[in-house]
Order: sequence, then C-alpha cells, then structure tokens
Amino acid sequence: MSGISAPAGWELVVGLEVHCELATRTKLFCGCPNAFGAEPNTNVCPVCLGLPGSLPVLNRRAVELAMRIGAALNAEIAPSVFHRKNYFYPDMPKDFQISQYDAPINRGGRLELPDGSVVGIERAHLEEDTGKTTHVGGTGRIGGADYALVDYNRAGVPLVEIVSAPDIRSAAQARAYAGELRAILVATGSSDGRMEEGSMRVDANVSVRRPGAPFGTRCEIKNLNSMRSLGRAIEFEAARQAEVLEGGGTVTQETRHWDEDRGATLPMRSKEEADDYRYFPEPDLVPLAPDGRWQAEVAASIGPLPAERRAVLQRLLGGEPTPAQADQVRSLVASDLDALVVAACERGAPASLALVRAANEVAADLSRAPGLDPGAFAKLLMLEGSGELSASQSKAVLGELLVGGGDPAEVARRLGFEPMDGGALDEVILRVIAEHPEDWARFVAGEDKVKGPLVGAVRRATDNQADPAAVARHLDELRAARA
Amino acid sequence: MTPGGAGRASRPPAIGPEQVRHVARLARLDLEDEELARFTSQLASVLDYAAELAELDVEELQPMSHPLPLRNVLREDEPSPQVERDEVLAEAPAAESGRFRVPRILSEEG
Repeated sequence: MSGISAPAGWELVVGLEVHCELATRTKLFCGCPNAFGAEPNTNVCPVCLGLPGSLPVLNRRAVELAMRIGAALNAEIAPSVFHRKNYFYPDMPKDFQISQYDAPINRGGRLELPDGSVVGIERAHLEEDTGKTTHVGGTGRIGGADYALVDYNRAGVPLVEIVSAPDIRSAAQARAYAGELRAILVATGSSDGRMEEGSMRVDANVSVRRPGAPFGTRCEIKNLNSMRSLGRAIEFEAARQAEVLEGGGTVTQETRHWDEDRGATLPMRSKEEADDYRYFPEPDLVPLAPDGRWQAEVAASIGPLPAERRAVLQRLLGGEPTPAQADQVRSLVASDLDALVVAACERGAPASLALVRAANEVAADLSRAPGLDPGAFAKLLMLEGSGELSASQSKAVLGELLVGGGDPAEVARRLGFEPMDGGALDEVILRVIAEHPEDWARFVAGEDKVKGPLVGAVRRATDNQADPAAVARHLDELRAARA
Repeated sequence: MTPGGAGRASRPPAIGPEQVRHVARLARLDLEDEELARFTSQLASVLDYAAELAELDVEELQPMSHPLPLRNVLREDEPSPQVERDEVLAEAPAAESGRFRVPRILSEEG
C-alpha cells in the first residue's frame, strides 16, 4: 500500500462514492439483458432508449441486491422514492437519469476495514447507469473531438451508489475501503466488482485541512479505474491542494479528472450549472417500501461476510498469520477461493500450503477454479506436504488438474514425475547415507553444515525429483531416531 | 412581472427574470427579451397560484410522492425482447458503426 498519506502538516480528508453495477440478468427498468461486451446498441428497447410512451417497471432482483448491500453495510433499509435527475448529455437518451435523491433505499451504515478502522456510510441508493460515449476525431479529449458515438447497451443497467462519510484519512485507507467494499459486493453476490470492466467505479472527494481545523474545500476526482489510480490520485490531489493553500491561495470546489499517464488531476469542466439537476419525483414509478418480511428474507440470504470468512482461514492457520499470509487470506476471500481452502483443509491438507497454492496458482487461473475438485486439491497438497512431490512438480500437477481434472498421483505419473512416497524416499536416503558414511557421521554428531551436501546427494540420486525440504526433514528424523 | 396579489405582500415574488433566464438556459432555450418578460409574468402567476397551497394546514399529513395508493410495483428479472438495431438507428439523425452519432459534447476547457 502507499506510504505517504498527506503532505507534512496537513490532514487528508477523503470520502468515496462507489458505483457498482448489480449482477442482475436484466436492466433496472426494462427486460433488456444486463451484459458486458455485447455489440453496440443490441441490448436496447423503447424504455431504455427513452422513446415516447414507454414506461419503466422496477426490477425486483435489483431491489433485493440493493438490500443485500444495505444489510451487509449495517444500513437502515427505508421506504424510498425515485427521482428524475435532469441534464443534457447524450449518454442518457431521456435527458434525465432515474435515481434516488432525498429518500434512498439504504440510509446510514458502517464498514469495518481489516485494520479495525471504521468508515461511516451515508447512503447506498439505486439508480440506472448511463450509455457509453466515444469521442471521435480532433484531439481525442472530450471537448476537442469532432463528434461522439453513443452505445446505449449500458443505459438502464442497475447501479447502487454507495456514499461514504468523509472518514477516510489516507490513500492507503481509501484503497482498503474500496477493497473491503468490493469483497462485500462479491461475497453477497450483488456485483462482480470488476473495476477493469467498469462494474465498480470509484470517485473520490478529497480535501486537506490543518489537524483539528474545519473541513477544507473539496474536489471530486473522477476516472479512477484501478486501486492503484485511486491511491495515486488521492496523494497527488492532497499535495496539490496543500501547495495551493501554502502559497496563500484557495482551493476551488470542482470536478477533476485523473490522468493516469500524466500522474495528475486536471479540472474537468465548470460546475456553474452542472449541479442544477432539478430533481423531481419520477411520476412513472410508485414508492418502494420493502416490508419487514422481505427485508428479513434478504438478510437471511446473505452468507458470511468477508471479515468472518477471513477469520475462518486464520483459525485454520492457527496462530497469528504472517503479513504474506494475511495478504493471501484477503485475496482468497476477495476472489471467492476461501471455500476451496477450507474444503481442502477439512480433507487433511496442510493449511499454509493450501493458502499458498490457492492464492498463487489457483488464483492465476480464476476462471477454471470453480471446476477444481477440492478432494483432488487436498490430495495434491498432501503429496507435496509429505515431500512426495516437489513444489515445482506440485504446481505443474495443479495446472493440469485445473485444466482437465483427474487424480493428482496419476497426473504426476503422466507428467513423468515419479511420485516419491515416503518409503521410497527413505530407501534412497539410506542408500546415500551408506555411500557417504563420513558425512553422515559428522551430521549425526551435530554438524549441520554437511546437511546441504547430503540433501544434494539425495536429490541427484532421484534425478532431482525429491523435494529438498522433505529430504532435509527425513534426514532430521533419521538423526533424531539415532540419538 | 406580477409581484403577487394584494393581501399576499408578505410572500416574496414567486419568480424573477434572472431565475427564468437560468431555467431557460438549463432547458437549452434561447429567449428574446420580450419572451423573457412574458414568461416571467406567466410563470410567476402560475407559481403564485400554486403557492395558495401554502395557506393549507398540512401539519398532520404525510408527504406523498405519487397520487396513486400503490407501492412496490415490481417485475421479475426476466429478459424481454429488444428492438432491432438497424430499425432504431434508422430513426436517428445520424449513426455510425452501430452507434448513434451526436455532435461534440463540450467545448474545450482545462
């Protein structure tokens, strides 16, 4: 994570607005497919094109997923109303976006981060996504383009916008918040949380102040397409604002665009009229007021949240995880691989090894991970743990298991790895000891520096099939048996 | 401009020319001076009439956002037919590469 959080003498104040696309089959107000990557303007109908006479009807599943997010964030699920947010921009063919204004579905809430800090949630409301505009010709920048092309496939896709309180105090904490929120979205099945596909988008409201002083003037930073951009943009913006203030200037409240290549935020447009959206209640939609029974059903449908799932993995490890293991635990839960680790450990696999292989090799082939049989995974980990397969052999077998499944021992044989069972390895070791009586005697006498050459000799005798760690462990055991 | 009828002097004027100009700009309407004066007067009288509601005692009433006594009108998350792209784009003033072609959006700033 980023080291610098604020320029010396200044306190950073950040609030995040996270838009996430809900994992529904269809759009928020019509039955067009909610799908990423389709041919332009193929998932459109009179409703999402805003044609006269069409009427929106709210998607039940979208409401449920919004309620899941609210429940996971300890928000109050409240009676809510949809409003029209009016603006002229071709990304919405209706010239307004249906959103929630003063009566959002989820109000208040809190999110606890892995380091124990808590960030308040102000609201999490439902709204429709906008279409996608591509600027063509000219300078390539919005204002310099000759014209724009618009694809309305995304127009009307259900979104939940989650607005945090200005409780975040460093770029690292902002990233941790976004990461934990994404893990919650994935864990509750509300959204796939993919920043690279735009299904999770983060805007940051950034200001600086002298410690203890009232909040300073904030700027809203847009175009944060990755966790890395989020951290870098906040650090840049804090430094920029501190420099303006230290030079005797004032910060202008404005929307700024993060330019990844330049590593800088740049002013986007005048906000003179941008904020005048003339919200009014959407007359074509009636109020939404989920009753207590529906709320209870939704709350019950949410599985364990990421924090709880991380705790399960940590208990399997036993004892305090190393920093590397803590990272593995976080990433496994975030990518939904923790259940695989738990299942493998229940079948006898060593926990730390299960963690490493899942966080590295399995996570690297995430699309195939759901097809991996936990029993086979556990058996492989036990073969590696006992030294019958070396680490590199185990990784190769795991690659095969991910692609085609099968029995780990058979796959190992097919790959030409003679799985060394414990007994076979002992035989080789005994033979090597017989061939190197002096080294062995010195080792037994406590001279650990001859262990390396002995391990090397065993490895050579097995055509490098034996795992060095396992050989060393067997040597130690043999020595202990002699003592 | 109509500053409200007698007996309502305590209420500020419903709308002035600056506000009308602002609203017209938001709606991308280019008003002549004569139109601005006329619409200000007309809008003020409409708003003034609506403002009579303020004389009612609504202390005991819940705000409502919709006149129909309905809540939770929902549909299932099931796909329904889309429209043909060519058919839709044929209705647009301009199209290119399967997309709607629109004039450039903002003048260069910043």
